[in-house]
Amino acid sequence: MWKTILRRVLIMIPEIIILSILVFLLAKAMPGDPFTGSINPKADPAQLHHLMKINGLYDPWYQQYWNWVVHLFHGNLGNSYQYQEPVTRLISSRAVNTLWLALFTTILTYCFALPMGLYAAKHEGKLPDSIIRVYTYVTYCIPFFVILVIGVWIFGYVLGWFPTTGSISSTANPGIQSIGSRFYHILLPGVLGALFGTVNVVQYLRSEVIDAKRSDYVRTARSKGVPEKDIYKHHIFRNSLLPIAAFAGYSITGLLNGSLFTETVFSYPGMGLLFINSISYRDYTVITALVLIYGILNLLGTLLSDIILSIVDPRIRIE
Amino acid sequence: MGSSTQFLNIKDVSTAFKINGKYYDAISHINLEVHHDEILAIVGESGCGKSTLATTIMGLHDPAETKITGEVDFEGTNLLKLDEAGYNKFRGAKIGMIFQDPLSALNPLKRIEEQISEVMTYHTNFTAEQKHKRVLELLDQVGIVNPERTARQFPHELSGGMRQRVIIAIAIACKPDLIIADEPTTALDVTIQAQILDVLRDIQKENHAGIILITHDLGVVAETADRVAVMYAGQIVEEGTAEQIFNTPKHPYTRSLLRSMPQRDNENDDLYVIQGNIPSLQRMPHDGDRFAPRIPWVKDSEHEAEPTMHDIGDNHKVRCTCYKNFEFPDETGSVKL
Repeated sequence: MWKTILRRVLIMIPEIIILSILVFLLAKAMPGDPFTGSINPKADPAQLHHLMKINGLYDPWYQQYWNWVVHLFHGNLGNSYQYQEPVTRLISSRAVNTLWLALFTTILTYCFALPMGLYAAKHEGKLPDSIIRVYTYVTYCIPFFVILVIGVWIFGYVLGWFPTTGSISSTANPGIQSIGSRFYHILLPGVLGALFGTVNVVQYLRSEVIDAKRSDYVRTARSKGVPEKDIYKHHIFRNSLLPIAAFAGYSITGLLNGSLFTETVFSYPGMGLLFINSISYRDYTVITALVLIYGILNLLGTLLSDIILSIVDPRIRIE
Repeated sequence: MGSSTQFLNIKDVSTAFKINGKYYDAISHINLEVHHDEILAIVGESGCGKSTLATTIMGLHDPAETKITGEVDFEGTNLLKLDEAGYNKFRGAKIGMIFQDPLSALNPLKRIEEQISEVMTYHTNFTAEQKHKRVLELLDQVGIVNPERTARQFPHELSGGMRQRVIIAIAIACKPDLIIADEPTTALDVTIQAQILDVLRDIQKENHAGIILITHDLGVVAETADRVAVMYAGQIVEEGTAEQIFNTPKHPYTRSLLRSMPQRDNENDDLYVIQGNIPSLQRMPHDGDRFAPRIPWVKDSEHEAEPTMHDIGDNHKVRCTCYKNFEFPDETGSVKL
């Protein structure tokens, strides 16, 4: 199994290199230069050329790329034009917020989805199954931001149960109170995100369980005299969780996409909101860094999926 | 074993499936006996209800979707009256089942050892060590060369023949009195087929088990069976010893089946083809001889209105009276074979 994982990690290296070249070249292709806006417009163009030259901007692209990569490894992604602080510091403070929200949403999603999917499949065709199916279809049909806006409106403004902006109350004292306040702030976006995220997992799990129920190996288990309860426990459930496990890694991608919406609607200071704002301010260094981070996270998500699969499914391991 | 060796008595069993809210018989009024130390073959073409009979005995039908009547008397217990927990005391312990497709009948995520010892978990008080010993013993018995190694493997690492051996090992783990083998060799190539049939025969001798062998392969039947029941459209049309069925077949369906088998001597001749198709469940005729539409040259007066089984001596039974004057159209006058 370690061989499979090692091989999979090795494959990732060229992927990351290609990704970084693409991101770098896209940034280079953007119009303008880093100095025109920040020096005296009446300055001598020769001076600008001099600045460009000493900063290495006339070097061939591969040399510039190499310098960028070296800086990258030293944790230097440049400065944000908008916030006038190092991009790494800017992103890392936001990343923590996004991480908590994403983690909370993921846990909630699976807490909702696993029992729902299993229950629906077990009582296939009966009333609870129909209710769960209607729920998934309806939720799937509504755009995510509409769910968010309606959620904020009802629970935030009309009922006033939850805060609608920020990640922590400004009056919260450090310690237990600040943790409580943070949790209070991610509760509503987390639940709404989870309601949306469950849809896929429920549908996948339901159809997997129904397939497994009718599979030949379950019939074999029945003919062994295994009680129904144990058939679910030992045969159906574990086998049906395979694709769900694979899905878990990919769901990181979904969460990142989702965080763009959630953080914007809730003005939650995470990476998603930073990304949206940076685009509207044309804050190139931040955009480049975030695209790179999102790209790497996506790769890590698929890596995670493959590792989970190789752990749970013996057929995938390479001997 | 008792005084009589008969231990399974299927009496007037019908199984109906629910299709669009209505029930249709997949098998109707089946009467069969199985004895210790015998292989009873059930033959017939696809869709004639062979597998339904097997799964009915095993109680593998969803009660919400099926209606089963009659009695399956297994050593004095009517299996059809049992609840799920009661049935589980028989399944795996006293009745073992071997399935058609060895590629999908094993759980892909469990090691072979786990899949075999699972049966013992529910039917014996064996310790882990005893179970392990028995697993190796069983794998050896079904002809697996390296039991230690195979026990640790996953199904996808084994060939089709080896998987079928593993399935047989599962079926015989608790030394059942009855083994139901549903097309055990259909998915395997011919050399493996012969080996698997040998394994089945050896086990039967060793355990004094009765085997119900379900197949559409008359070659397999000729090789292994002691008694044969021929099924058509959910009914048994002829029943007798293997010699009776192969040497003096009576029912037109049995004779058609035998005639449609390739013969070594006349390989240039076209094979006999039975006209028409087996009727679907919804179109099954309720009275008259169900095989009549496929032998249209036989006059209606030859058939019984309500065909029953007739004992024509030595326990050779045939349904309907149409067998008496039956001849194939090209046979009138001279026999061309």
